[in-house]
Order: sequence, then structure tokens, then C-alpha cells
Amino acid sequence: MNNATYSSLLEIAAGLVILCAFVTLWRRSLLAIVRALAVQGMALGVVALVLGVHRHDDVLVVVGCLVLAAKGLVIPTLVKRVLANEPSSRETSPLVNVPTSLVGAGALTFLAYGATRPVVALVATSAGRLIPLGLATLLIGFFSMVVRRKAASQIVGLLLVDNGIALVAFLATAGVPLLVELGASLDVLLVVVVLRVLAVQLWSKFAVLDLDQLQELHD
Amino acid sequence: MLALVLLLVPAVTGGVVAAVPWRRWVGWLCTASLGFVLVTGVVLAVQVVHHAALSEFSGVLRVDALSAFMVIVIGAIGLLAVCQSVRYLDHEVSSGRSSARHATLYAVLVQGFITTMLLAVTAGNVGVMWVAVEATTIITTFLVGHRRTRGALEASWKYVIICSVGIALAFLGTVLVYLAALHVGHDAHVSLQWTSLMSVSHHLDPGVMRLALALLVLGYGTKVGLAPMHSWLPDAHSQAPAPVSALMSGVLLTVAFYVLLRLKAIADGALGVEFPRMLFVTVGLLSLAVAASLLLSQRDYKRMLAYHSVEHMGLISLGAAAGTPLAIAAVLLHVLGHGLAKAVLFLASGEILLVEGTTEIDQVKALLARRPALGGVFAFGLVALLGLPPFSLFISELNMLRAEVHVGLGWVAAVSLVLMAVIFGSVMSHGRHMLFGARPDGEPVHKSPSIVTVPLVGALVGCGALGVLAWPLDTLLRAAAMVIVK
Repeated sequence: MNNATYSSLLEIAAGLVILCAFVTLWRRSLLAIVRALAVQGMALGVVALVLGVHRHDDVLVVVGCLVLAAKGLVIPTLVKRVLANEPSSRETSPLVNVPTSLVGAGALTFLAYGATRPVVALVATSAGRLIPLGLATLLIGFFSMVVRRKAASQIVGLLLVDNGIALVAFLATAGVPLLVELGASLDVLLVVVVLRVLAVQLWSKFAVLDLDQLQELHD
Repeated sequence: MLALVLLLVPAVTGGVVAAVPWRRWVGWLCTASLGFVLVTGVVLAVQVVHHAALSEFSGVLRVDALSAFMVIVIGAIGLLAVCQSVRYLDHEVSSGRSSARHATLYAVLVQGFITTMLLAVTAGNVGVMWVAVEATTIITTFLVGHRRTRGALEASWKYVIICSVGIALAFLGTVLVYLAALHVGHDAHVSLQWTSLMSVSHHLDPGVMRLALALLVLGYGTKVGLAPMHSWLPDAHSQAPAPVSALMSGVLLTVAFYVLLRLKAIADGALGVEFPRMLFVTVGLLSLAVAASLLLSQRDYKRMLAYHSVEHMGLISLGAAAGTPLAIAAVLLHVLGHGLAKAVLFLASGEILLVEGTTEIDQVKALLARRPALGGVFAFGLVALLGLPPFSLFISELNMLRAEVHVGLGWVAAVSLVLMAVIFGSVMSHGRHMLFGARPDGEPVHKSPSIVTVPLVGALVGCGALGVLAWPLDTLLRAAAMVIVK
């Protein structure tokens, strides 16, 4: 793979990651949001694969395949099962409306470029220039957890945060050591499973779907 | 081998418990496993206090004086909580609220919880520490929700969502530390090994490390229960079964703080003390302020204890901000003293909930007259926690304040004293309401079972002894402080 193909492949894949983050804010149908999440997971796997092939790093290629499978297929399927409980799978009343959230996400992207300046300066490669996109994805995930009210939307927000971090990790360091990488991925998978179990229990026992209904505990 | 055995014993115990139906002796087996952890902690401490750190599996596990001290903390408070779990589960099963299978699940998860905390404090690699801390979140979620009421499920949801986000930020911080280490330019083998990061800490890029430390403080700070990311804590601690609250408040918070201390030591090397100090002072004072304002009008005694944990985590952050050997030794003594006192109070409050059937402060009256043993334990627990002599929290708070003044943070010490006074006043007034008063006519004096009172009194005596005698912890505390202060 020559350098130009490598850079453009990397740019397309990383661009797709942030694009999918915007799509999750733009769409209201939870099913469409989860699809965007799946595409994002696959794009993330591709980032790792491209980096792995470029650097002739076999471990990174394997990690890329694992990420592709876990974040592109397994986790979205699990989240989709949460939706199966919800009769109307739409985000009906986010705290902030769609146009405003998109503007907010744009602002967060600028913020990400500002905050990562020292990191980009240190890395100074074509991959390094894309690091702000990872932080932007993280911030958008944060934002959507705050403004969205459905249980499934919060899970999606958490996964956006995680994908953003994974993107930074791949671009900046070509992946942390394998032991840590595997531990981290397994943890995310388990968190999603745990959240799914909780969501099912809340729905089946107390018919709770919206997080606004979680008002029992306060001072 | 010893560090590996330390991890294997609770893990294997968990496996055994999973295989047999719940019986009382299973509970005592779990207690024995924690007894083993405590004894091993002491053995490890004796081994490493004067000699080099113990390293196993090419450094994946590494025990120095600081780790050994934390193992002792986990062992001591775990022993207390696991032994009280027997009574909690007995009551749950006999009252028909939990099935035997549900009780087994609880016992297995507690052993898993202990194992992951032990892994966090014996890991030599900051990545593995992160994995272990994150694993504690996953395991404790179902312990928080064990009673499966609506409130308990709500608390678990908030807990896992907020802590997962927090810990994700900590992961990003860890990645940035790794990035900075990759660019040091030495040929040395780069890894996430804590010792190797410490050895290059002076050459790490300050810009990246500043961002990394901010993320780490925010991220691990979530698990520590530091403001502004503390909001999961009062819900989780008030909804979890009492022994789980005791474990979470007494050790889990400080295990996360332990990881933060190690990472701060790396950042101190890269950035000098000023920036880390400012961060720790900010979150510390903010936590104290949040605790003070929310304790004033608290109506629920379990939430009161939870906010009190936020206060103490704030205090140790301020101690860590000072960062002298004296301050760090005091922070560690405070970790142990707070853990013991808070565990005693949570366990006593579990017993109060069991016999009184309410968590409202207003509904509980005249405990000392009606239930002298239980009320006495609760009263002395509060006295210990409020930092009155002879308990060890008095000594540790005093020394943290002294260290703060010594490094020029006198104003911080002054502000924290004012906030502590506010907290002292409000907790005293809540406590007075619950403890004092006359026994209603015709109500007999209730006795509390000795399975409850004996261990709790033992823990309080221990906490008092630590405050009076420096020996035998003194040497260990100094050695542990020197691990992270150069």
C-alpha cells in the first residue's frame, strides 16, 4: 500500500467514524441510530486494519479484525435487543432539539481540535492529524448521553465515547499493548451486557423506558 | 508466587461457592478467604518493607510497600464486611426475599469484587490497573441492585453509566501517558509498566501529560466519588446491601484513589508539583463543599454516610495535593481509618434498617436507650468518623492539615477546616436525633446479636489503637509514602 492510498483510506475511515457520530444525533429512530453505531464500529476496525497493514504489524491486524467483529456486529446486535422491549423505538423528546444538537456537536468538534493540539504536535504523522476526530466523537457521545432520555440512547452515547477513545488510541499509539486492549474491549462488551440486563429488568418489573421515570432517588 | 496466590484464593473461593447451594458454612468459608487475604497482606508488608518490591510474571504483578498496605486495607475491611454478609444473607433467605440461588450469586460476586480490587493494587502495569478498576464496576453493579427494588435498579443504572463514562476518560488518560512515553526518545523498552513510566517521567511531554492528568483525575475521580462526578455515589451506597456499601465506601473508593496516586507520581515528574497540586486542590475543595451543602438537610442516614465519604475523599485529595512524605503517610493512614470507621457505620446502619425498617433519620429515635449495644457502636463510629481523638482519623487529619500549611497551602487548610466544621455540626445534629432520647414506656431494652456487635467493636478498637500507637504501621506507612514521593 503506497503512502497516498494509506492516508486517504485512513482519512475516509476516520471521517466515517465522526460522520456516524453526527448521524446518531440527527436521526430519531433508535434503529437507525444503532445502524449508524454498527457502521462506526466497522469503520473503527478498518482504521486499525489499515494501520496494521501499513506498519506490517500482525498483532494490530488481528486486533482490527476483533474490533470489526465486536464493535461492528456483536455490540450493535446486543443493543438492538434492548430496543425489542420498547414499543415505540423513537427518541421522542430529547432535551435539545435536532438542529441545536447538530450545532452543538459542531462546536464540540472545534473544541476537540483545540484540546488535542499538544497531542497532534507530538505525534506529527498523517494518522496523528486525525486524532481530534476521536476526541470529537467522545464529546458527542458525552453530549448525547446528557440530552437523550431513552435507555438505549444512553447506551449508544456510552459506546460513542468508547469508540472515540479507541480511535484516539489507534491513531496516536497504534494501539495500547494487546493485554490492555483485550481487557478494555472485553470490559465494554460486559458493560453493554450488564446495561441490557438492567434495562430488561427495569422494563419488565416497573415498565420504565425513559430515564425521566428514574426519579426515585434524590436528596 | 505469593501475589498470585493472594489473587487465586478469593477467585477459587468464588468458584467453590458457585458450585454448592447456599448454606451458612459457605458464608464462613468466604470469611476465611478474607482472613487469608489479611494475613497475606501482613506477610507481604513484612517482606517488602525493608527489601525490594516483589515482582511476578515479568512485572505484571508487582507488590511494593504501597501495594502491601492496600492489601491490608482490603483484607481488614473485607473481613468485616464478608462476615456481616452472612447475617444479611441469612435474613434475606429466611424472610423469603431472596432465593438460595440469589444468595449464592451475591457471595460469588463479593469474592469476585475482592479479587478485582486485589488485582488493581498488585498490578505493576497501569493498563492492568485500569482493567481491574473497570472490572470492579461491572461486578458491583449487580451487588448494588441485589435487592431488586425499583430504587436499587435505578441506582445500579446510574452507577454503571456514570462510572463507565468516567473510567473511559481514565482510559484515554492512560493512552495519552503511553503516547508521551513512546515519544521520550530513549531506546528503553516502552511499556505501561509503572516503574518504567516513573523512570522516564521527567522526559514526558508536558503538554500531553497535562491533558492526560486532567482526564485521569476526572476519570478515576468518578470512581473515587470526587465532585463533580460524585452523583452516583449517594444513590449506590444508599441502595446497596449494607455489607456492599461498607466494601464500596470503605475500600473501592480508596482503591481507585490508590491508582490515581500512582499516576500523579508520574505526572509530578513530568509537570512539577504545581499543576497536579492545583487539580487535586480543586476537586478536593469542591468535594468538601458539595458534601457540606448536601449534609445540612439530609433526611436519610445511609445517604448521610455516603456524602460523608465524599467529604473524606476530598480530604485525602487535599492531602495528596500537599504531597510531602508526611502528607502521603497521613493520607494512607486516613484511608485505613476511614475505611474501618465507615464500614462499621454502614454495617451498623444495615442492622438499624433491619430492626427499625426505615432509613429516615426522623423515624429512628433514642437508639442508645432502646438498643444500647447497636446505638453505642453507631455513636462511637460517628465519633471516629468526625475525627475526634483517640481514633486514628484525628491524627491523620491533623497531619494532612499540617502538611498543607507546610507547603504553602495554608488557605486550603483554612477553607477545609471551615467546611469540616459545617459537616461536623450537621452530622452531630443528625446523630443526636437518632441516638439520644428516652425509651418509650413499656418498650423493653433490645439486645443486639453478638455476631453483629463483636466484630464492629473490634474494628472500632482497632481504629482507636491506630490513633494511639504508631507501631506497627509506622514503618510501613513511611515506606509506602516513599514509593511515590521521590
